[in-house]
Amino acid sequence: MAVKFQRPHALCDVRLHYCAGCTHGIIHRLVAEVIDEMGIEGDTVGVCPVGCSVFAYNYFGCDMIEAPHGRAPAVATGVKRARPDLNVFTYQGDGDLAAIGTAETVHAATRGENIVVIFVNNGTYGMTGGQMAPTTLPGQVTTTSPYGRDPRKAGYPIHVCEMLSTLDGTALAVRTAVDTVPHIRETKKMIRKAFENQQKGNGFSIVEILSTCPSNWGLTPKESIKRLQEECMPYYPLGVYKDVNMEEANADKLAMGGAAK
Amino acid sequence: MEKVLMKGNEALAEAAIRAGCKCFFGYPITPQTELSEYLSKQMPKRGGVFLQAESEVAAINMVLGAGATGTRVMTSSSSPGISLKSEGISYIAGSDVPCLIVNVERGGPGLGSIQPSQQDYWQATKGLGHGDFRLIILAPNSVQEVVNLVSRAFALGEKYRVPVMLLSDGLLGQMMEPVEFPEISATPADNSGWAAVGTKMEREHHIVNSLYIEANDLEEQVKKRYERYALIEENESESESYLCDDADIVITAFGATSRIAKSAVNKARAEGIKVGLFRPITLWPFPKKQLLEATKQAKAVLSVEMNMGQMIDDVKLALDCKIPVSFYGRTGGVIPSPNEVLAEIRKLNGGIK
Repeated sequence: MAVKFQRPHALCDVRLHYCAGCTHGIIHRLVAEVIDEMGIEGDTVGVCPVGCSVFAYNYFGCDMIEAPHGRAPAVATGVKRARPDLNVFTYQGDGDLAAIGTAETVHAATRGENIVVIFVNNGTYGMTGGQMAPTTLPGQVTTTSPYGRDPRKAGYPIHVCEMLSTLDGTALAVRTAVDTVPHIRETKKMIRKAFENQQKGNGFSIVEILSTCPSNWGLTPKESIKRLQEECMPYYPLGVYKDVNMEEANADKLAMGGAAK
Repeated sequence: MEKVLMKGNEALAEAAIRAGCKCFFGYPITPQTELSEYLSKQMPKRGGVFLQAESEVAAINMVLGAGATGTRVMTSSSSPGISLKSEGISYIAGSDVPCLIVNVERGGPGLGSIQPSQQDYWQATKGLGHGDFRLIILAPNSVQEVVNLVSRAFALGEKYRVPVMLLSDGLLGQMMEPVEFPEISATPADNSGWAAVGTKMEREHHIVNSLYIEANDLEEQVKKRYERYALIEENESESESYLCDDADIVITAFGATSRIAKSAVNKARAEGIKVGLFRPITLWPFPKKQLLEATKQAKAVLSVEMNMGQMIDDVKLALDCKIPVSFYGRTGGVIPSPNEVLAEIRKLNGGIK
């Protein structure tokens, strides 16, 4: 049977505003594909951030809410507590999630808030024109770190997944990238796992996706992917930092092993 | 109906549950804490949600999320906490989401004091966040009126799709009075035309949002909202006039201060001074027409407030400065006494020709 490549239903048939070579488009598509494949579009509410993906409410076909800068996890908490029957996700950038919204992020995670957080980390404030973000690499030049980020003055970048994996309420903390086809497929798998966690009531699931910003990095899309691989990925290693499903599976194995002896 | 003796804060919480409030998000602060403590006990037993947020900022955004689903939702705080909530309140107003916000006012500015005050009149009626918007502000003056206004607050919010603030203070919150809980409707309005509750694949998606990147679009949205504000001003202003018909002097006072002013009015009347009391129950919309009516024979107006003079601006505007308006107030958490107000009345009475 012929399979036709087409737009996921959960992605609206509108023109996206993202720059050429930006990876938001890929990530939007992955989220929409997961929503389609799980058949949950009609029972899902998305929460957008302030930042480049502020207009995501026009792009996803499910009901959408636009949150104040950094507050998406709190808004999502309100939705989920009021209507636990809904699938709720936030879609946030690094300035939104790891600077102005750090408190909302950490506390939603530690409460084990049963929501999905899609975290797009491109190491810069894209919407406002490329300022230093909490995730900007040491030495990286931005419009507000014109001599390169000096950690002694501007502080060190935050490793979000590593930090959140220390919290008991976090069910899934995973870092992926969308630089290659295998990584894109892995990212989709993790997004699905996050939504499945929510349906199982497992708690807070965050999928951090290393992303590019060719416009503000001052690179071509191709060069941006190369920078992502050579500079960002070594600093922010991909991987599963916490997964309660695996812990449970391991615990089961241990319990069975113990019983056999 | 049976009367029970209750603290203002707890009566407010009980009234909210009876009015169908399903979600409460808050953060501890004196002098409103009994309200959230009461709800933390009662909500889980009565089918509601209580959640203590990590901050006032988070709490008000949880209100935004729950309110966006059309659920009856509230938060409560006191003055410094309301300042923190003002970002979220602006977004809630700009997203046309109904909700109830309670401010049990205390002294300010800054950390101020924990004693009663009315220092947030300006904040509530003029400046609760950035942008062109209004909140309906209800100012009860007894524990019973607190109870009565809670269900009205939810209904008004849903009718006009605006956030509503109930402006209490440390006095009303902390004092105990006998109250009865009237039978009320706890059914929220039909929110199915806008709420974010899932499309069920049966309609276009709903977007709850305050962003309009094109200036003309934003202007249109704000103007539409102001058409609703005009309806609110036309239909929802509320006040109480006491002995104003023949009054030479009319005192204006709201909330707990109006009780003190009323005592002073009664004492002054016993001395033969023709004085009355005008009490706005809605601070926005300010009951301008009712004030004009209550002062049509008055020669002097005295605004009595627990601040340095805030509502007096609206009194002067409503009267178009045609009657002299003077002020008496205590601030910082100090409560004026009836005798202090009486002394002001006597002074004014001596000056009236």
